[in-house]
Amino acid sequence: MITPDREPTAVAPRLSWGARVAVFTRMFAVQGSWNYELMLGPGIGFCAEPALRELPGGPDGDAYRQALARETRYFNAHPYFAAVAIGALVRAELEGRPAAQIERFRTAMCGPLGSLGDRLVWAGWLPFCSLVALLAFGLHASPVLVVILFLVLYNAGHIALRAWGVSTGWRSGLRVAASLGAPMLQRGPQYLARAVLFLAGLALPLAIARVVGRRGLEITSHDWRIALPGAALLAIALAVLLVRLPARVEGWRAALAVLAVLILTSIAR
Amino acid sequence: MIDAVRLLPLTLLGALLGADVVSFPQAMISRPIVASTLGGAITGNVMAGLLTGAVLEMLAMETLPVGASRYPEWGSASLVGGALAGAYPAMTPGAVIVGVFVGVATAWAGGWSMYALRRLNGVWAERAVPAMEMGSRRAVMTLQLRGLTADLLRGAVLTLIALLVWTPVTDHVLAHWTIGRAASHSVLAAVAAGVAGGAIWRQSHGAAGSKWYLLAGAVLGIILLVLT
Repeated sequence: MITPDREPTAVAPRLSWGARVAVFTRMFAVQGSWNYELMLGPGIGFCAEPALRELPGGPDGDAYRQALARETRYFNAHPYFAAVAIGALVRAELEGRPAAQIERFRTAMCGPLGSLGDRLVWAGWLPFCSLVALLAFGLHASPVLVVILFLVLYNAGHIALRAWGVSTGWRSGLRVAASLGAPMLQRGPQYLARAVLFLAGLALPLAIARVVGRRGLEITSHDWRIALPGAALLAIALAVLLVRLPARVEGWRAALAVLAVLILTSIAR
Repeated sequence: MIDAVRLLPLTLLGALLGADVVSFPQAMISRPIVASTLGGAITGNVMAGLLTGAVLEMLAMETLPVGASRYPEWGSASLVGGALAGAYPAMTPGAVIVGVFVGVATAWAGGWSMYALRRLNGVWAERAVPAMEMGSRRAVMTLQLRGLTADLLRGAVLTLIALLVWTPVTDHVLAHWTIGRAASHSVLAAVAAGVAGGAIWRQSHGAAGSKWYLLAGAVLGIILLVLT
Protein backbone atom coordinates (compact mmCIF):
# COMPACT_ATOMS: atom_id res chain seq x y z
CA MET A 1 0.00 0.00 0.00
CA ILE A 2 1.41 3.40 -0.94
CA THR A 3 0.89 6.15 1.59
CA PRO A 4 1.66 9.85 1.05
CA ASP A 5 4.48 9.87 3.62
CA ARG A 6 6.20 6.70 2.51
CA GLU A 7 10.01 6.93 2.29
CA PRO A 8 11.54 6.92 -1.20
CA THR A 9 12.78 3.56 -2.39
CA ALA A 10 16.16 2.75 -3.97
CA VAL A 11 14.46 0.46 -6.46
CA ALA A 12 12.00 2.05 -8.89
CA PRO A 13 8.37 1.00 -8.42
CA ARG A 14 6.78 -1.36 -10.94
CA LEU A 15 5.34 0.20 -14.07
CA SER A 16 3.74 -1.88 -16.83
CA TRP A 17 5.20 -1.82 -20.34
CA GLY A 18 1.87 -0.60 -21.68
CA ALA A 19 2.06 2.46 -19.43
CA ARG A 20 5.72 3.08 -20.34
CA VAL A 21 4.90 2.99 -24.07
CA ALA A 22 1.85 5.23 -23.60
CA VAL A 23 3.84 7.81 -21.60
CA PHE A 24 6.62 7.86 -24.20
CA THR A 25 4.19 8.15 -27.13
CA ARG A 26 2.24 10.97 -25.50
CA MET A 27 5.42 12.97 -25.00
CA PHE A 28 5.40 13.82 -28.71
CA ALA A 29 2.20 15.81 -28.04
CA VAL A 30 3.33 17.36 -24.75
CA GLN A 31 2.79 20.88 -26.19
CA GLY A 32 -0.64 20.07 -27.65
CA SER A 33 -2.43 22.66 -25.50
CA TRP A 34 0.51 25.05 -24.88
CA ASN A 35 -0.73 28.39 -23.58
CA TYR A 36 0.59 31.49 -21.81
CA GLU A 37 -1.22 30.69 -18.55
CA LEU A 38 -0.25 27.10 -17.65
CA MET A 39 2.33 26.69 -20.43
CA LEU A 40 3.35 23.01 -20.55
CA GLY A 41 1.42 22.04 -17.39
CA PRO A 42 -1.62 20.27 -18.92
CA GLY A 43 0.75 18.49 -21.30
CA ILE A 44 2.76 17.07 -18.38
CA GLY A 45 -0.46 15.74 -16.86
CA PHE A 46 -1.51 14.31 -20.23
CA CYS A 47 1.81 12.44 -20.58
CA ALA A 48 1.94 11.16 -16.99
CA GLU A 49 -1.69 10.05 -16.92
CA PRO A 50 -1.26 6.45 -18.21
CA ALA A 51 1.29 5.76 -15.45
CA LEU A 52 -0.84 7.41 -12.76
CA ARG A 53 -3.59 4.86 -13.45
CA GLU A 54 -1.33 2.33 -11.69
CA LEU A 55 -1.60 4.20 -8.40
CA PRO A 56 -3.56 2.42 -5.63
CA GLY A 57 -7.28 2.58 -6.39
CA GLY A 58 -6.69 2.89 -10.13
CA PRO A 59 -8.13 5.72 -12.24
CA ASP A 60 -11.13 6.05 -9.91
CA GLY A 61 -9.03 6.40 -6.76
CA ASP A 62 -8.16 9.51 -4.77
CA ALA A 63 -4.42 9.01 -5.28
CA TYR A 64 -4.91 9.17 -9.06
CA ARG A 65 -7.07 12.28 -8.89
CA GLN A 66 -4.73 14.14 -6.57
CA ALA A 67 -1.67 13.21 -8.62
CA LEU A 68 -3.31 14.18 -11.92
CA ALA A 69 -4.40 17.53 -10.45
CA ARG A 70 -0.81 18.22 -9.33
CA GLU A 71 0.71 17.28 -12.66
CA THR A 72 -1.54 19.56 -14.73
CA ARG A 73 -0.50 22.74 -12.90
CA TYR A 74 1.86 25.36 -14.32
CA PHE A 75 5.08 23.97 -15.74
CA ASN A 76 7.54 25.17 -18.33
CA ALA A 77 10.55 23.50 -19.92
CA HIS A 78 12.03 22.67 -23.27
CA PRO A 79 9.61 20.14 -24.83
CA TYR A 80 12.26 17.42 -25.32
CA PHE A 81 13.82 17.91 -21.87
CA ALA A 82 10.35 17.83 -20.31
CA ALA A 83 10.79 14.06 -20.65
CA VAL A 84 13.27 14.20 -17.73
CA ALA A 85 10.65 15.84 -15.53
CA ILE A 86 7.91 13.45 -16.65
CA GLY A 87 10.02 10.37 -15.80
CA ALA A 88 10.97 11.79 -12.41
CA LEU A 89 7.45 12.98 -11.57
CA VAL A 90 5.84 9.67 -12.51
CA ARG A 91 8.26 7.84 -10.24
CA ALA A 92 7.70 10.31 -7.41
CA GLU A 93 3.93 9.92 -7.68
CA LEU A 94 4.14 6.11 -7.76
CA GLU A 95 6.48 6.17 -4.74
CA GLY A 96 3.94 8.30 -2.91
CA ARG A 97 6.27 11.23 -2.25
CA PRO A 98 4.72 14.13 -0.30
CA ALA A 99 2.79 16.60 -2.44
CA ALA A 100 4.87 19.57 -1.22
CA GLN A 101 8.10 17.85 -2.27
CA ILE A 102 6.70 17.18 -5.76
CA GLU A 103 5.55 20.78 -6.08
CA ARG A 104 9.01 22.06 -5.09
CA PHE A 105 10.62 19.76 -7.64
CA ARG A 106 8.31 21.03 -10.41
CA THR A 107 9.17 24.64 -9.59
CA ALA A 108 12.90 23.97 -9.37
CA MET A 109 13.13 22.06 -12.68
CA CYS A 110 11.49 24.66 -14.95
CA GLY A 111 14.57 26.87 -15.38
CA PRO A 112 17.30 24.24 -15.90
CA LEU A 113 15.25 22.08 -18.28
CA GLY A 114 14.34 25.15 -20.32
CA SER A 115 17.76 26.73 -20.67
CA LEU A 116 19.59 23.43 -21.25
CA GLY A 117 17.16 22.44 -23.99
CA ASP A 118 17.27 25.83 -25.66
CA ARG A 119 21.07 25.83 -25.80
CA LEU A 120 21.51 22.17 -26.73
CA VAL A 121 18.62 21.70 -29.18
CA TRP A 122 17.36 25.02 -30.57
CA ALA A 123 20.75 26.77 -30.70
CA GLY A 124 22.85 23.61 -31.28
CA TRP A 125 21.39 20.43 -32.70
CA LEU A 126 18.77 22.04 -34.98
CA PRO A 127 21.15 24.49 -36.74
CA PHE A 128 23.75 21.70 -36.96
CA CYS A 129 21.27 19.45 -38.82
CA SER A 130 20.04 22.36 -40.99
CA LEU A 131 23.62 23.09 -42.04
CA VAL A 132 24.28 19.42 -42.84
CA ALA A 133 21.20 19.52 -45.10
CA LEU A 134 22.37 22.80 -46.67
CA LEU A 135 25.81 21.26 -47.25
CA ALA A 136 24.19 18.32 -49.04
CA PHE A 137 22.12 20.83 -51.04
CA GLY A 138 25.26 22.80 -51.91
CA LEU A 139 26.98 19.61 -53.06
CA HIS A 140 24.08 18.99 -55.49
CA ALA A 141 22.50 16.09 -53.61
CA SER A 142 19.05 15.09 -54.86
CA PRO A 143 15.97 16.55 -53.12
CA VAL A 144 15.10 13.13 -51.65
CA LEU A 145 18.59 12.72 -50.20
CA VAL A 146 18.61 16.24 -48.69
CA VAL A 147 15.23 15.75 -47.02
CA ILE A 148 15.94 12.22 -45.76
CA LEU A 149 19.39 13.18 -44.49
CA PHE A 150 17.94 16.06 -42.49
CA LEU A 151 15.00 14.13 -41.05
CA VAL A 152 16.97 10.99 -40.12
CA LEU A 153 19.84 12.94 -38.56
CA TYR A 154 17.64 15.36 -36.62
CA ASN A 155 15.23 12.74 -35.34
CA ALA A 156 17.99 10.33 -34.31
CA GLY A 157 19.03 13.01 -31.82
CA HIS A 158 15.47 14.09 -31.03
CA ILE A 159 14.08 10.64 -30.23
CA ALA A 160 17.24 9.54 -28.40
CA LEU A 161 17.02 12.68 -26.24
CA ARG A 162 13.39 12.06 -25.29
CA ALA A 163 14.13 8.37 -24.54
CA TRP A 164 17.21 9.29 -22.48
CA GLY A 165 15.21 11.96 -20.66
CA VAL A 166 12.32 9.79 -19.57
CA SER A 167 14.55 6.86 -18.58
CA THR A 168 16.95 9.12 -16.63
CA GLY A 169 14.06 10.81 -14.88
CA TRP A 170 12.50 7.45 -14.02
CA ARG A 171 15.81 6.00 -12.81
CA SER A 172 16.78 8.96 -10.64
CA GLY A 173 13.39 10.22 -9.47
CA LEU A 174 13.48 13.56 -7.69
CA ARG A 175 17.30 13.35 -7.50
CA VAL A 176 17.51 13.74 -11.28
CA ALA A 177 19.08 17.22 -11.09
CA ALA A 178 22.51 15.58 -10.63
CA SER A 179 22.12 13.87 -14.03
CA LEU A 180 21.73 17.27 -15.69
CA GLY A 181 25.27 18.11 -14.60
CA ALA A 182 26.68 15.33 -16.79
CA PRO A 183 29.74 16.59 -18.72
CA MET A 184 28.14 15.83 -22.07
CA LEU A 185 25.11 18.00 -21.30
CA GLN A 186 27.19 20.82 -19.84
CA ARG A 187 29.84 20.84 -22.59
CA GLY A 188 27.59 19.67 -25.42
CA PRO A 189 26.38 23.17 -26.37
CA GLN A 190 30.03 24.35 -26.65
CA TYR A 191 30.99 21.41 -28.89
CA LEU A 192 27.90 21.92 -31.02
CA ALA A 193 28.54 25.67 -31.32
CA ARG A 194 32.01 24.97 -32.76
CA ALA A 195 30.63 22.35 -35.14
CA VAL A 196 27.87 24.76 -36.24
CA LEU A 197 30.41 27.53 -36.96
CA PHE A 198 32.63 25.16 -38.96
CA LEU A 199 29.63 23.85 -40.90
CA ALA A 200 28.36 27.38 -41.54
CA GLY A 201 31.68 28.33 -43.12
CA LEU A 202 31.62 25.16 -45.19
CA ALA A 203 27.97 24.97 -46.24
CA LEU A 204 26.95 28.59 -46.84
CA PRO A 205 29.34 29.32 -49.79
CA LEU A 206 28.25 26.08 -51.48
CA ALA A 207 24.58 26.85 -50.84
CA ILE A 208 25.00 30.37 -52.27
CA ALA A 209 26.61 28.88 -55.38
CA ARG A 210 23.73 26.49 -55.91
CA VAL A 211 21.08 29.19 -55.43
CA VAL A 212 22.85 31.48 -57.88
CA GLY A 213 22.90 28.46 -60.20
CA ARG A 214 26.11 27.74 -62.04
CA ARG A 215 25.66 24.05 -62.81
CA GLY A 216 23.49 23.18 -65.82
CA LEU A 217 24.41 26.53 -67.38
CA GLU A 218 21.37 28.22 -65.90
CA ILE A 219 23.39 31.43 -66.24
CA THR A 220 26.30 32.28 -68.53
CA SER A 221 29.87 31.95 -67.27
CA HIS A 222 30.38 35.69 -67.62
CA ASP A 223 27.41 36.43 -65.38
CA TRP A 224 28.56 33.70 -62.99
CA ARG A 225 31.98 35.30 -62.52
CA ILE A 226 30.25 38.50 -61.41
CA ALA A 227 27.23 37.05 -59.63
CA LEU A 228 28.90 34.62 -57.24
CA PRO A 229 31.56 36.90 -55.72
CA GLY A 230 28.99 39.70 -55.61
CA ALA A 231 26.54 37.51 -53.71
CA ALA A 232 29.24 36.30 -51.32
CA LEU A 233 30.41 39.84 -50.52
CA LEU A 234 26.85 41.08 -50.06
CA ALA A 235 26.13 38.14 -47.73
CA ILE A 236 29.19 38.89 -45.59
CA ALA A 237 28.28 42.60 -45.42
CA LEU A 238 24.70 41.80 -44.40
CA ALA A 239 25.82 39.26 -41.79
CA VAL A 240 28.23 41.78 -40.24
CA LEU A 241 25.51 44.44 -40.25
CA LEU A 242 22.99 42.13 -38.56
CA VAL A 243 25.52 41.13 -35.89
CA ARG A 244 26.28 44.78 -35.12
CA LEU A 245 22.65 45.88 -35.02
CA PRO A 246 20.65 45.37 -31.79
CA ALA A 247 19.32 41.81 -31.32
CA ARG A 248 15.74 42.97 -31.82
CA VAL A 249 16.48 43.68 -35.51
CA GLU A 250 15.37 40.50 -37.23
CA GLY A 251 16.98 39.49 -40.50
CA TRP A 252 13.89 37.79 -41.93
CA ARG A 253 12.02 41.11 -41.80
CA ALA A 254 14.88 42.80 -43.66
CA ALA A 255 14.82 39.93 -46.19
CA LEU A 256 11.08 40.43 -46.70
CA ALA A 257 11.62 44.14 -47.40
CA VAL A 258 14.50 43.49 -49.84
CA LEU A 259 12.48 40.86 -51.73
CA ALA A 260 9.46 43.17 -51.91
CA VAL A 261 11.63 45.91 -53.45
CA LEU A 262 13.17 43.39 -55.88
CA ILE A 263 9.74 42.13 -57.00
CA LEU A 264 8.29 45.63 -57.38
CA THR A 265 11.34 46.77 -59.34
CA SER A 266 11.09 43.77 -61.63
CA ILE A 267 7.44 44.26 -62.55
CA ALA A 268 7.65 48.06 -62.73
CA ARG A 269 10.51 48.18 -65.24
CA MET B 1 -0.80 28.15 -61.37
CA ILE B 2 -2.07 25.77 -58.70
CA ASP B 3 -5.19 23.88 -59.76
CA ALA B 4 -8.09 22.97 -57.50
CA VAL B 5 -7.10 19.26 -57.44
CA ARG B 6 -3.83 20.08 -55.69
CA LEU B 7 -5.43 22.39 -53.12
CA LEU B 8 -6.76 19.46 -51.06
CA PRO B 9 -3.46 17.57 -50.53
CA LEU B 10 -1.65 20.86 -49.96
CA THR B 11 -4.20 21.98 -47.36
CA LEU B 12 -4.06 18.63 -45.54
CA LEU B 13 -0.27 18.64 -45.57
CA GLY B 14 -0.29 22.27 -44.41
CA ALA B 15 -2.33 21.18 -41.39
CA LEU B 16 0.22 18.49 -40.46
CA LEU B 17 3.20 20.78 -41.01
CA GLY B 18 1.60 23.59 -39.01
CA ALA B 19 0.99 21.21 -36.09
CA ASP B 20 4.54 19.87 -36.25
CA VAL B 21 6.00 23.29 -35.43
CA VAL B 22 4.87 23.12 -31.79
CA SER B 23 2.02 20.71 -31.04
CA PHE B 24 2.83 17.29 -32.51
CA PRO B 25 5.33 15.62 -33.07
CA GLN B 26 8.02 18.34 -33.47
CA ALA B 27 9.94 16.00 -35.76
CA MET B 28 10.91 19.04 -37.88
CA ILE B 29 9.04 17.90 -40.98
CA SER B 30 7.96 21.56 -40.75
CA ARG B 31 11.47 22.85 -41.45
CA PRO B 32 11.52 24.83 -44.71
CA ILE B 33 13.98 22.52 -46.45
CA VAL B 34 11.51 19.65 -45.96
CA ALA B 35 8.16 21.44 -46.22
CA SER B 36 9.01 23.50 -49.29
CA THR B 37 10.48 20.49 -51.12
CA LEU B 38 7.25 18.60 -50.44
CA GLY B 39 5.26 21.57 -51.78
CA GLY B 40 7.30 21.62 -54.98
CA ALA B 41 6.89 17.86 -55.36
CA ILE B 42 3.09 18.16 -55.12
CA THR B 43 2.85 20.92 -57.71
CA GLY B 44 5.25 19.23 -60.13
CA ASN B 45 8.70 20.80 -59.74
CA VAL B 46 10.55 19.33 -56.81
CA MET B 47 13.81 21.14 -57.66
CA ALA B 48 12.11 24.54 -57.45
CA GLY B 49 10.68 23.45 -54.10
CA LEU B 50 14.12 22.43 -52.84
CA LEU B 51 15.71 25.67 -54.02
CA THR B 52 13.00 27.72 -52.31
CA GLY B 53 13.29 25.53 -49.21
CA ALA B 54 17.06 25.96 -48.97
CA VAL B 55 16.72 29.75 -49.08
CA LEU B 56 13.89 29.72 -46.51
CA GLU B 57 15.92 27.34 -44.33
CA MET B 58 18.75 29.87 -44.23
CA LEU B 59 16.30 32.63 -43.25
CA ALA B 60 14.68 30.38 -40.62
CA MET B 61 18.01 29.71 -38.91
CA GLU B 62 17.53 33.03 -37.18
CA THR B 63 14.36 31.81 -35.46
CA LEU B 64 14.78 30.12 -32.08
CA PRO B 65 11.38 28.63 -31.18
CA VAL B 66 11.89 29.45 -27.53
CA GLY B 67 8.92 29.02 -25.20
CA ALA B 68 6.70 32.06 -24.98
CA SER B 69 8.40 34.16 -27.68
CA ARG B 70 6.48 35.04 -30.85
CA TYR B 71 8.20 33.84 -34.01
CA PRO B 72 7.34 33.11 -37.68
CA GLU B 73 5.61 29.79 -38.37
CA TRP B 74 7.78 28.30 -41.11
CA GLY B 75 5.96 24.96 -41.61
CA SER B 76 2.75 25.72 -43.49
CA ALA B 77 4.37 28.85 -44.95
CA SER B 78 7.26 26.96 -46.55
CA LEU B 79 4.83 24.48 -48.05
CA VAL B 80 2.95 27.35 -49.69
CA GLY B 81 6.17 28.99 -50.92
CA GLY B 82 7.55 25.73 -52.35
CA ALA B 83 4.22 24.82 -53.93
CA LEU B 84 3.95 28.18 -55.70
CA ALA B 85 7.57 28.09 -56.91
CA GLY B 86 7.02 24.54 -58.20
CA ALA B 87 3.77 25.30 -59.96
CA TYR B 88 5.48 26.93 -62.96
CA PRO B 89 7.65 25.37 -65.66
CA ALA B 90 11.28 24.78 -64.66
CA MET B 91 13.49 27.87 -64.86
CA THR B 92 10.56 30.32 -64.96
CA PRO B 93 12.27 33.63 -64.12
CA GLY B 94 11.32 34.96 -60.72
CA ALA B 95 9.42 31.84 -59.55
CA VAL B 96 11.82 30.98 -56.71
CA ILE B 97 12.08 34.61 -55.60
CA VAL B 98 8.31 34.97 -55.42
CA GLY B 99 8.09 31.58 -53.67
CA VAL B 100 10.53 32.75 -51.00
CA PHE B 101 8.73 36.08 -50.60
CA VAL B 102 5.39 34.30 -50.21
CA GLY B 103 6.97 31.85 -47.74
CA VAL B 104 8.33 34.63 -45.50
CA ALA B 105 5.13 36.70 -45.66
CA THR B 106 3.00 33.64 -44.84
CA ALA B 107 5.36 32.68 -42.00
CA TRP B 108 4.81 36.13 -40.51
CA ALA B 109 1.04 35.68 -40.68
CA GLY B 110 1.46 32.15 -39.32
CA GLY B 111 3.31 33.52 -36.31
CA TRP B 112 0.32 35.70 -35.48
CA SER B 113 -2.05 32.73 -35.91
CA MET B 114 0.05 30.71 -33.44
CA TYR B 115 -0.11 33.57 -30.95
CA ALA B 116 -3.91 33.70 -31.33
CA LEU B 117 -4.14 29.93 -30.84
CA ARG B 118 -2.04 30.10 -27.66
CA ARG B 119 -4.39 32.77 -26.31
CA LEU B 120 -7.37 30.56 -27.19
CA ASN B 121 -5.70 27.57 -25.51
CA GLY B 122 -5.28 29.79 -22.45
CA VAL B 123 -9.02 30.54 -22.36
CA TRP B 124 -9.83 26.84 -22.68
CA ALA B 125 -7.24 25.96 -20.01
CA GLU B 126 -8.63 28.49 -17.52
CA ARG B 127 -12.11 27.06 -18.02
CA ALA B 128 -10.74 23.53 -17.47
CA VAL B 129 -8.77 24.37 -14.31
CA PRO B 130 -11.59 23.62 -11.80
CA ALA B 131 -12.16 20.16 -13.33
CA MET B 132 -8.42 19.49 -13.62
CA GLU B 133 -7.99 20.44 -9.95
CA MET B 134 -10.52 17.70 -9.19
CA GLY B 135 -8.26 15.28 -11.08
CA SER B 136 -10.60 14.89 -14.03
CA ARG B 137 -9.02 12.76 -16.75
CA ARG B 138 -11.71 13.88 -19.16
CA ALA B 139 -10.81 17.57 -18.67
CA VAL B 140 -7.12 16.93 -19.34
CA MET B 141 -7.78 14.81 -22.45
CA THR B 142 -10.34 17.27 -23.83
CA LEU B 143 -8.01 20.24 -23.37
CA GLN B 144 -5.12 18.45 -25.05
CA LEU B 145 -7.16 17.09 -27.98
CA ARG B 146 -8.91 20.43 -28.49
CA GLY B 147 -5.55 22.20 -28.67
CA LEU B 148 -4.16 19.66 -31.13
CA THR B 149 -7.26 19.82 -33.34
CA ALA B 150 -7.28 23.61 -33.30
CA ASP B 151 -3.63 23.69 -34.35
CA LEU B 152 -4.35 21.30 -37.24
CA LEU B 153 -7.23 23.54 -38.31
CA ARG B 154 -5.04 26.62 -37.97
CA GLY B 155 -2.43 25.11 -40.31
CA ALA B 156 -5.06 24.02 -42.83
CA VAL B 157 -6.85 27.39 -42.92
CA LEU B 158 -3.57 29.30 -43.13
CA THR B 159 -2.37 27.13 -46.03
CA LEU B 160 -5.64 27.36 -47.93
CA ILE B 161 -6.00 31.13 -47.52
CA ALA B 162 -2.35 31.71 -48.44
CA LEU B 163 -2.67 29.60 -51.59
CA LEU B 164 -5.91 31.31 -52.63
CA VAL B 165 -4.49 34.80 -52.04
CA TRP B 166 -0.97 34.33 -53.41
CA THR B 167 -1.70 32.22 -56.52
CA PRO B 168 -3.23 35.05 -58.60
CA VAL B 169 -0.63 37.52 -57.27
CA THR B 170 2.17 35.15 -58.31
CA ASP B 171 0.63 34.66 -61.78
CA HIS B 172 0.57 38.43 -62.26
CA VAL B 173 4.11 39.02 -60.98
CA LEU B 174 5.67 36.25 -63.06
CA ALA B 175 3.84 37.40 -66.20
CA HIS B 176 5.56 40.79 -65.84
CA TRP B 177 8.94 39.65 -64.46
CA THR B 178 11.92 41.39 -66.10
CA ILE B 179 15.05 40.95 -63.95
CA GLY B 180 17.52 38.26 -65.09
CA ARG B 181 18.23 35.16 -63.09
CA ALA B 182 21.88 35.97 -62.31
CA ALA B 183 21.03 39.30 -60.67
CA SER B 184 17.86 38.23 -58.88
CA HIS B 185 19.24 34.94 -57.55
CA SER B 186 22.44 36.65 -56.43
CA VAL B 187 20.43 39.05 -54.28
CA LEU B 188 18.29 36.17 -52.98
CA ALA B 189 21.31 34.01 -52.06
CA ALA B 190 23.15 36.94 -50.50
CA VAL B 191 20.23 38.00 -48.31
CA ALA B 192 19.53 34.45 -47.14
CA ALA B 193 23.16 33.57 -46.44
CA GLY B 194 23.70 36.94 -44.75
CA VAL B 195 20.76 36.37 -42.40
CA ALA B 196 21.92 32.80 -41.68
CA GLY B 197 25.52 33.85 -41.13
CA GLY B 198 24.56 36.70 -38.80
CA ALA B 199 22.20 34.45 -36.82
CA ILE B 200 24.74 31.66 -36.44
CA TRP B 201 27.43 34.07 -35.27
CA ARG B 202 25.07 35.63 -32.72
CA GLN B 203 24.09 32.20 -31.36
CA SER B 204 27.49 30.49 -31.39
CA HIS B 205 30.29 33.04 -31.15
CA GLY B 206 30.68 32.47 -27.40
CA ALA B 207 32.50 29.18 -28.04
CA ALA B 208 36.28 29.30 -27.60
CA GLY B 209 38.08 29.76 -30.92
CA SER B 210 34.81 30.45 -32.71
CA LYS B 211 36.25 32.61 -35.50
CA TRP B 212 38.87 29.95 -36.33
CA TYR B 213 36.22 27.25 -36.70
CA LEU B 214 34.23 29.54 -39.00
CA LEU B 215 37.33 30.44 -41.00
CA ALA B 216 38.44 26.80 -41.33
CA GLY B 217 34.99 25.84 -42.62
CA ALA B 218 34.96 28.76 -45.06
CA VAL B 219 38.38 27.82 -46.49
CA LEU B 220 37.26 24.22 -47.00
CA GLY B 221 33.96 25.42 -48.48
CA ILE B 222 35.71 27.65 -51.01
CA ILE B 223 38.12 24.82 -51.95
CA LEU B 224 35.13 22.50 -52.51
CA LEU B 225 33.42 25.22 -54.54
CA VAL B 226 36.42 25.57 -56.82
CA LEU B 227 36.85 21.81 -57.21
CA THR B 228 33.20 20.89 -57.90
